[in-house]
Amino acid sequence: MSDEWMIEVDNLTKRYAGHTAIDGLTFNVRPGEIVGFLGPNGAGKSTTMRILSCFMAATSGSAKVAGHDIFTQADEVRRRIGYMPENNPLHTDMRVREYLKFRARLKGLSRARSRERVDVVTEQCSLQDVASKVIGTLSKGYRQRVGLADSLVHEPDLIILDEPTIGLDPHQIRSVRQLIKSLAGKHTVLISTHIIPEVEMTCSRALIIRSGRILASDTLDNLRKSVNEDSQVVAEIAATEADLKQCWEQLPEIEYFDIAPAEGEFLRCSLTGRAGADLRQVVFDTVHSKGWKLRELTRNRHSLEDIFVRITRTDKEEEGF
Amino acid sequence: MQTFVTLVRRELGAFFISLTGYAVMAGVLFLLGLSMTLMLKSLNATPVAVPIIELFYETAFFWLIVLLAAPVITMRSFALERASGTYETLMTTPVSDLEVVLAKFTGNLIFFLITWLPLLAYPLIMKRYTSQPDAVAAGPLSTTFLGIFLLGCLFMSMGIFASSITRNQILAAMNAFAMGLCLFFLSFVSKMVPLGDGLASKLAAHISMFDHMGDFVRGVIDTRHVTFYVTLTVMFLYLTLKVVESRRWK
Repeated sequence: MSDEWMIEVDNLTKRYAGHTAIDGLTFNVRPGEIVGFLGPNGAGKSTTMRILSCFMAATSGSAKVAGHDIFTQADEVRRRIGYMPENNPLHTDMRVREYLKFRARLKGLSRARSRERVDVVTEQCSLQDVASKVIGTLSKGYRQRVGLADSLVHEPDLIILDEPTIGLDPHQIRSVRQLIKSLAGKHTVLISTHIIPEVEMTCSRALIIRSGRILASDTLDNLRKSVNEDSQVVAEIAATEADLKQCWEQLPEIEYFDIAPAEGEFLRCSLTGRAGADLRQVVFDTVHSKGWKLRELTRNRHSLEDIFVRITRTDKEEEGF
Repeated sequence: MQTFVTLVRRELGAFFISLTGYAVMAGVLFLLGLSMTLMLKSLNATPVAVPIIELFYETAFFWLIVLLAAPVITMRSFALERASGTYETLMTTPVSDLEVVLAKFTGNLIFFLITWLPLLAYPLIMKRYTSQPDAVAAGPLSTTFLGIFLLGCLFMSMGIFASSITRNQILAAMNAFAMGLCLFFLSFVSKMVPLGDGLASKLAAHISMFDHMGDFVRGVIDTRHVTFYVTLTVMFLYLTLKVVESRRWK
């Protein structure tokens, strides 16, 4: 059972007075997976993570981490989880090494083992240069790495990171992402975020959640495929607007088009094809036969952002917002 | 046990790497020194027939230290962790709620006792310069410290409870101060309001911290007093534990 799933969440619900934070959440995560937990602010990501890390209890439903129930075997679960909460709270008055040692001892590591592990994670998170500095004096990027080092120090099976790159500059974001990526295989990672490129770059699977419910759960490729059907092609062609209009109207594959002036003699055409059609070939053949000049031909692949907006918007409409 | 010791060390260590710890120690040292000086001055003017240590708890400074220093010591314990969010990282490690509450209590109590250590120097100084061999006796001195220890237990547990119900340190300190002040003023109820011989007056006499301390400095260990402090301490620790547990059913 524990071999098959690292996280098993079944019908998990958390109700606060007056509102439901998560509503019948059900999902599974395999060992070694990096899963992105994606949703707008207030969707219930943090609540789910807090429940999984045994900080709070759920109103109903059940969940297991590595085969251990999070309510009845909370201690076992906590031993197996490395959790970094939102905003990465740290004891700012302690030194990095001292803090990591404190955390390792708190998580039940022996004196020798904790020294060993602190050395390992310090190197893993490139903290050697700041190991004897007071955490309060560190930059946000370093602090984030201290938080990550803390969540790794006891070699947990499952690492839960709540918005690990929030408030970092692009360089720091890149290094944190790289670090997370390097954990794949050895650890199972659950990352929450509302920054979509983050999931695209680091995760193998995305769980999209809104208003406390799972809206989609699939690999990124499959998610893309599901909305890629009416893909759009952009072509910059040197021809008169009238000619182009006439030409596109005659092509059966094109459902909708838009022509806008571009630099120089070129016009920028945005062409939307009928379901499943890849317009690039058609457009190229047409341009070739007419002897026009073609400067650009690109297909807009739907980014996860589009998928996200689509999925969450449809839901909104269904609910009658 | 390992986690308990780790937590106590962290709690105690936090006082010594922050300015608050040293500020409290300096404040207590100043008040202790001041009360000592004033006491000796008054002794010079009018000789009294009681041991010096007995005069000490009657000075306003003794109670000022207990009432003021205690809330400042305990205010950070839970409130700061809640405000900074480290409460969440703490509670997601394999520690039990009881361990956390007891570790915070122990750490704060040890620090409270450390701030009182300078008091030990005064009897020694006095012994050195007085011709009276009975001026400072070991017995009353140790029961005085027992009294301070018990007062410390009560005020630390009360302060930790006040700190556990808020994320604002100032509020925590004010709540603890208010509770401590109420409890202290109850000491004088029987002296201020005529209560007669009924249950009320008996109760008032039992809860007078001022009278408790009076017994302790005289070298009397009254189990009723000890019970008073121990039960109140346990009650406040129990309440704190319930507050800590409340995150599971809130």
